[in-house]
Amino acid sequence: MIKLEKIHRNFQVGDQIVHALDDINIIINDGEYVSVMGPSGSGKSTLLNLLGLLDQPSSGKYYLNGGDVTELDEDRQASTRNKNIGFVFQVFHLIPRLTAAENIELPLVLAGVDEEIRKQRVNHALESMNLMERAQHKPPQLSGGQRQRVAIARATIMEPSVLLADEPTGNLDQKAGLNVIETLEQLNQHGITLIVVTHDEALGARSTRSIRMLDGRIESDNTDNKAG
Amino acid sequence: MLTKDFIRLTGTSLLAHKLRSFLTMLGISIGITAVVLLTSIGEGLYKFVLSEFTQFGTTLVGINPGKVTTFGMSMGVFGSVRPLTISDAEALKQLSFAKSVVPLVQGNAEVEGNGRTRRTTVYGVGSAFPETFSMKVGAGRFLPDDDPTAPRAFVVLGYKVKQELFANTNPLGQRVRIGGDRYRVIGTMEAKGQVLGFDLDDTVYIPAARGLDLFNRDSLMEIDILYKEGTNVDRVVAGIKRILKSRHGRDDVTITTQEQMLKVLGSILNVLTFAVGAIGSISLLVGGIGIITIMTISVNERTTEIGLLRALGAKQTQVLSLFLGEAIVLSAIGGAVGLLLGVGLAQLLHAMLPALPVHTPWTFVMFAEGLAITIGLVAGVLPARRAARLDPVEALRAE
Repeated sequence: MIKLEKIHRNFQVGDQIVHALDDINIIINDGEYVSVMGPSGSGKSTLLNLLGLLDQPSSGKYYLNGGDVTELDEDRQASTRNKNIGFVFQVFHLIPRLTAAENIELPLVLAGVDEEIRKQRVNHALESMNLMERAQHKPPQLSGGQRQRVAIARATIMEPSVLLADEPTGNLDQKAGLNVIETLEQLNQHGITLIVVTHDEALGARSTRSIRMLDGRIESDNTDNKAG
Repeated sequence: MLTKDFIRLTGTSLLAHKLRSFLTMLGISIGITAVVLLTSIGEGLYKFVLSEFTQFGTTLVGINPGKVTTFGMSMGVFGSVRPLTISDAEALKQLSFAKSVVPLVQGNAEVEGNGRTRRTTVYGVGSAFPETFSMKVGAGRFLPDDDPTAPRAFVVLGYKVKQELFANTNPLGQRVRIGGDRYRVIGTMEAKGQVLGFDLDDTVYIPAARGLDLFNRDSLMEIDILYKEGTNVDRVVAGIKRILKSRHGRDDVTITTQEQMLKVLGSILNVLTFAVGAIGSISLLVGGIGIITIMTISVNERTTEIGLLRALGAKQTQVLSLFLGEAIVLSAIGGAVGLLLGVGLAQLLHAMLPALPVHTPWTFVMFAEGLAITIGLVAGVLPARRAARLDPVEALRAE
């Protein structure tokens, strides 16, 4: 479960203070499918970075699975990211000199997991992402959709509770994008909390809960998106 | 992270830029090569000089007339010094630790024999000369233990003089003229070769008393004492001083022990080795700057990768050690290659110029490799720390 309490995030730009997040209070339950929408500069990326522990709030509390993670030191936050949070980026962020399998393996490597176990889990992930025959290919040899599926496999290899996707279809054509979204939704159906940041109305409409942001505030939080 | 994975990740990023990694390693290699090569030559020289000096044994003490003051000048120049005489040498023989005592006077003179003339170095010495200086008599015998004040006119020829004057005929029993006096050849020396540029074969040996007459001197140039091994050198010096002081009335001689000489010589040569090593280190420094440059570029290029690693849960220390690891691998491999090159070149040089002594001690090799790794570590710290401290959000945004 994710719980944000009175979260503020201020940036100093020149001599002006910008309130990227202004008193955000949200509770996201396990297994929810949330889309975060809003115009550029509305604070949705900042919110995502904060949820992913890549960024710290200026004030306020962030509870992840019951624990206050704002209090953790750098190393603990890193290991929380490693175990509990998966990231999917618009530009994939695969390491070009590593094969698909090695890219997927990275979080396990960083966590110091044994090679045998790693192999099993990577194979399993490749299989479920339909990437088995692409395992030894390097990112430049893969299509956009395949790359994003490698990225999703990497994001989920540690079996995190939360999957954060930042414009996951932004660099893909419609068909590949749809495939990626369906993959993410499948993971959500298996219990992962899926939070998608997007500009795309159609994509946003697929979620069960839609949060709309404007100027660092939550403009609307539509819990039953599909019905509404 | 497991060590194996650490090595693999480091390796793949270095292999991704083969040329760049190779050139950076080359920088370190050249530095280490220079250090190893130069110190090998320095150390070889050290060994060479030392062996030249110790070939007479280390239990040799030289006594020269006059006191060398702190200004390094012999008071002998002012003529206020009692001469060192043959009877001084005789008196020193009573020292219990003295294995042999050799009075010595040296000069140049014409030696005439078998119808030929040669200008050569004439040594006026005592009968114990061969054992004191580890010289070997080739044919006949050395000067006999005559009355030191009135020795018979015998001469022993050095190898080269014998060859020049008598070629292949037997010189024993022949007469030669040295500075107008007639001497009978009673022996020849074995070939000895050069020591520090002095040709020890281009010499003749006559009794010391006759040498003094020949060169018209009243003082010996030196008295050399070979003392029994295991004797405390301070005891030796004190014993010599006591006898000469009682004879001369004051302490007016300079006593040089081989030990002292070796110490001084050793420290001079060490400084020399260190100096050439330091010159080599300059190129190593340049190699280190090469590593800093490449690692800084690498961190810049891989900013998004660093951001990604952080997003995937890499700790700052992990990022730090990955980049530090790359710098160390570059320098360690570069260093190892440099070692091989340096040792190889040193040996090649020795093969081509056998006169040039070369010696590469293992401690130097270890030290050089350690130095290379240290340079990698130091050079890698700055870029690696920059990588570790990147803000992940900013890093991911960079493209």
